[in-house]
Amino acid sequence: MKSRILPWLAPLTFLGIFFFYPLMHILVLGFNSVSLSAAPQFFLHTSGVLWFTFYQAFLSTLLTLLVGFPLAYLFARYNFPAKSFFRALTAVPFMLPTVVVAAGFTALLGPRGWVNLALMAVLHIDHAPIVFVGTIWAILIAHVFYNATIVIRIVGNAWASLDLRLVDASQSLGASPFQTLLRVTLPLLRPSILAASLLVFLFDFTSYGVILLLGGPRFATIEVEIYIQALQMLNLTAAASLSLLQLLCTLVFSSIYSRYISRVTSVVKPGAAWINLRKKNNQAQKIFIICMLSFLFLFFALPLFALPLRSISILEADRAQQVQPGLSLTFTYYTELFINRRGSLFFVPPFEAARNSLSYAAMTVLISLSLGFPAASALVRPGKLEKWIDPLLMLPLGASAVTLGLGYIITFNHPFFLTKWSLLTSPLLIPLAHSTIALPFVIRNLQTALAIIPNRYREAAAVLGASRGQIWKNIDWPIISRAVVSAGAFAFTISLGEFGAASLLTRPEYPTLPTAIYRFLSQPGGMNYGQAMAMATILMLTCGFGIIVIEKMRFPGTSDF
Amino acid sequence: MKRLFSIFLLFTVLLISCAPVPVPAPSAVHTEGTQSAASILPTDQPPATSAPASGAPRNLTVMTHDSFSASEGVIQGFEKTNNVKITFLKSGDAGAALNKAILTKDAPIADVFYGVDNTFLSRAIEAGIFESYASPFIDHIPDQFKLDLKNRALPVDYADVCINYSKAFFAKNDLLVPASLDDLTKPEYNGLLVVENPATSSPGLAFLLATIQKYGDPGYLDYWKALRSNGLVVVDGWESAYYTNFSASSGAGPQPMVVSYSTSPAAEVAASTSPLDDAPTASVIAPGTCFRQIEFVGIIANTPNRDIAEKFVDFMLDVPFQEDMLLNMYVYPVNDQAAIPDSFAKFAPTAVDPATVPDALPVKRDTWIEAWTQAVLR
Repeated sequence: MKSRILPWLAPLTFLGIFFFYPLMHILVLGFNSVSLSAAPQFFLHTSGVLWFTFYQAFLSTLLTLLVGFPLAYLFARYNFPAKSFFRALTAVPFMLPTVVVAAGFTALLGPRGWVNLALMAVLHIDHAPIVFVGTIWAILIAHVFYNATIVIRIVGNAWASLDLRLVDASQSLGASPFQTLLRVTLPLLRPSILAASLLVFLFDFTSYGVILLLGGPRFATIEVEIYIQALQMLNLTAAASLSLLQLLCTLVFSSIYSRYISRVTSVVKPGAAWINLRKKNNQAQKIFIICMLSFLFLFFALPLFALPLRSISILEADRAQQVQPGLSLTFTYYTELFINRRGSLFFVPPFEAARNSLSYAAMTVLISLSLGFPAASALVRPGKLEKWIDPLLMLPLGASAVTLGLGYIITFNHPFFLTKWSLLTSPLLIPLAHSTIALPFVIRNLQTALAIIPNRYREAAAVLGASRGQIWKNIDWPIISRAVVSAGAFAFTISLGEFGAASLLTRPEYPTLPTAIYRFLSQPGGMNYGQAMAMATILMLTCGFGIIVIEKMRFPGTSDF
Repeated sequence: MKRLFSIFLLFTVLLISCAPVPVPAPSAVHTEGTQSAASILPTDQPPATSAPASGAPRNLTVMTHDSFSASEGVIQGFEKTNNVKITFLKSGDAGAALNKAILTKDAPIADVFYGVDNTFLSRAIEAGIFESYASPFIDHIPDQFKLDLKNRALPVDYADVCINYSKAFFAKNDLLVPASLDDLTKPEYNGLLVVENPATSSPGLAFLLATIQKYGDPGYLDYWKALRSNGLVVVDGWESAYYTNFSASSGAGPQPMVVSYSTSPAAEVAASTSPLDDAPTASVIAPGTCFRQIEFVGIIANTPNRDIAEKFVDFMLDVPFQEDMLLNMYVYPVNDQAAIPDSFAKFAPTAVDPATVPDALPVKRDTWIEAWTQAVLR
């Protein structure tokens, strides 16, 4: 039993201090002052919100799978030029601040967006034919845009290590490609599809920024209601009840998942993934690759394209002085980023913001990988203990970021934390908070990879006289290194995007790229808007660059994937 | 195995090399680019109530919202005179920052809190986060701003939440600028106005309060229903409204009227990409169309640094900071001795007879917002 508990010690202590305790603390505080008089009305209102939250999350997840699945196949099975660029491209949206993504979508599909302007010119009409912002479609498409990378990575990794002999066998026995997909490939990919679906679903279920900015005020999820109750109405009791509801839903979903996943087994051929890459593509496959890449580019790059474009163009339409909304190029916004015009105390040069963002991200990667590894290893051979712990590990994804953020404030404001490390105002709390969100990702990534290593390989190696270290180096590591990279990339993007409760913490000294963007966007003026767009472009490049670097890290025993 | 270690080593080195860089300490020398705000200001320091102390500087922590801004020269002046090191804790938007102050009141993390506005003031007072301080500077502040007679919260600045409009749009379409809230329901303004949701935005709530002052409760709901049938657009917050929907901002959106601040046109001139002689926007400041938002500062109850906290509050109410604030945050000073620059008088006139906080706000706040949500959004 002792050896069972040991790997859990670090991850559970971490989650205990930085997740469960703060959350419990704030919930208890919220319920201390509960008044039941408004309860019936509260629940009537909440049931509508709960239904919408569930419904949009379900549809979003379904759509994300539909979009992500063929792309996962593309990355797993084909080799094509600029592959790491395209893979990084799909991950960039995942960490972008919602304000920036909303600006991109509006520039493309808004009432004055390029698509509508073009259609109005072609069709000779004077109103925008496409209504996008403020509809359920805007929410669904933005969720796909944000989360497709989860499916691409997790399912793609599993697909890359499938035992292709099974597929070949199926086809040589006369099955059509469709039958093979349905009867062989899909069942083999089930664990990864389920893991990815759960992650996507939880992200959509707790969605907040997308709902507010792209869906508009007509739509509200539980998280939006929590935000309004906690930060605008200052009604902690209502916020706590809603948080509890959201947590219970998360617990139900992840319990169903872990019950189900334990009954699914998967057969794979361990080995370098490049064996599965098709060397020569025939004509039909080339067309498939080109179609998929065009779609990928249109879907992921076009909404983002507005940002770098705006960051270098002077676009002052509808101004009194400039009747011609001429599009002239400029680098002013970038050069202005380096100048503290107003002598402001809170000015931050872009390189420093990027450096702060990157160092938080690096710390998050280290913390979440070192905690996630023992947990994932223990989960692979689950005992009684693991069956209980498993669903709990997903809770950080389903917890309300607003509530947890407030929980941090009351918990780490305790004299113990205050005098010992003054944790509440310490910059270290930021990567720690990011790690609570990154940990579920890291664990699921590593777990699916570790699960596919058949024990007989290790046994065979041991019989042949291999030491533990050799077994690890020659059998375990080549298989899981891909998942380590993928997990690291997730942790990196999560931190760069300032996810979760960390956005509620105060950080007096180390402003990051997202905080710099918000600072510019909070004041009127063309220069501020241009600088926000320039900063957003820098954030995109930093993220893309970071992901390519992580993926290019050549681990021993791995080849391209 | 060796390569594995080298990768981890590389990673560790990377991590160390990019350890967070703190914002540079305010430098004594101003670079060329920093003239605008700092050089307009008088260089003399606020009257120090005591001689500068010697020895290691004492610490003062000021909790505030994300929009807080000031010139480093002005803050540095205070720090030098009083031998103090100030830490600013930016704690989210106005609501979030206040919530944090309330949640931490038993073990305060700050000595001074700045940024509670008149719509939240009653919550702050009720929660008991402040202790009284009758600053000598309150004599220079007009009575209309002093909402807490026990001086637990002292007014620092105010801003008028008003409708901004695109001058070009109204000129091009030969349209008269609306002169009252009633006008906005007329057919010629159909689909031209974007407002913020009062449940998620502080200017949104301010504008709702202006309509409640004008039409009363429940009359305001009929007014909003009329606005709704006149093509009203509602978005979540100021950033979306101004930069995505408003046609005269750089976002070039579809609506030529937006709920913003009466100072926004001055900011459009000061922060334009190419130099402008005239503002592209202007505010509707007609009687009853705006809401006056007042921001307060208070000394956190039981602070061990009461003496420096008092000095800091005095400093915020004194002329140098009051004038600096104007250009950094686009808010008007409450101190009647602070000078207002010409660009402000020209592009950002204050509202005529603006609405103020209704007496019933503390008890009715949630009800009003909920009723508004039902009438306008559902």
